[in-house]
Amino acid sequence: MKFSVTVTLKKDVLDPQGKVVQNTLVNMGMSNLKNIRQGKHFEIEVNENNQSTAEKKIDEMCKKLLVNLIIEDYKINKI
Amino acid sequence: MRSSIIVFPGSNCDRDIKVALEKMQFKNQMVWHKETKLPKSDLIVIPGGFSYGDYLRSGAIAGKSLIIDEVVKAANSGCLILGICNGFQILTETGLLKGTLLRNKDLKFINKDIHIKVLNNNTKFTNKYKKKQILKINIAHNEGNFFTDPVHIEKLKKEDLIAFKYCDENGNIDKNSNPNGSLDNIAGIFNEKKNILGMMPHPERMIDEMISNTDGVNLFSSLLN
Repeated sequence: MKFSVTVTLKKDVLDPQGKVVQNTLVNMGMSNLKNIRQGKHFEIEVNENNQSTAEKKIDEMCKKLLVNLIIEDYKINKI
Repeated sequence: MRSSIIVFPGSNCDRDIKVALEKMQFKNQMVWHKETKLPKSDLIVIPGGFSYGDYLRSGAIAGKSLIIDEVVKAANSGCLILGICNGFQILTETGLLKGTLLRNKDLKFINKDIHIKVLNNNTKFTNKYKKKQILKINIAHNEGNFFTDPVHIEKLKKEDLIAFKYCDENGNIDKNSNPNGSLDNIAGIFNEKKNILGMMPHPERMIDEMISNTDGVNLFSSLLN
């Protein structure tokens, strides 16, 4: 079973990389751009047939290593 | 005093801190991260560098290595732990220190001598310094922008757990003297019991007039006191 995990900085945490990317796009003429937040993307495959068990496992991976819960949020999706 | 320096792939200040400790007469041992036992130590140092190439987040992978369980055990039984630069980042990733180090606010790697002020000199790490003493000390990092939640920052202030703050040469603590965007200009913090110190500046680089200055010496002599 395959999942995607998207990790983004929490709303209150400054994202200077996102800001630089945003400013560059604005400078390139993308003037209707409102906001950009940069994040990380993981694709994770697990040997598990039960979706909820697999999701629990992925959630544990996120909490223990993939995500710094002080500054980051994450979303798990089945793909 | 017996010290152990934990070495990870990508550590690059491990030998500098070894020189500093041995100069101050510490009996030091280098400990590879795959070890599962720590030699008897009064002080454990997590050195600076770029453990695991800063993959995932600075310090994240090193924070899960085998020896870290032993470091956590030692810390909980009162052993002194010093994390410098990447060592500070690793300590936050292990949870031994709260908070985290974000990317520098201007997205640039900063390597320069800056000034910090000693806020609490009543600890094992800082007792040889004067309160409010200004030190000239080197920083060299890309992720030194200290960040934590409002509850923790209040606790740090209330319980005198802020070790050092960035300042200018006259001791002014403000936006202009903040090199990396750290919350409240924080350059180093203690844990609750004050047996763990994490700091971004490099005291081990300031032990010799020939190459820099000796502003870092008193951190090591404090530990011996």
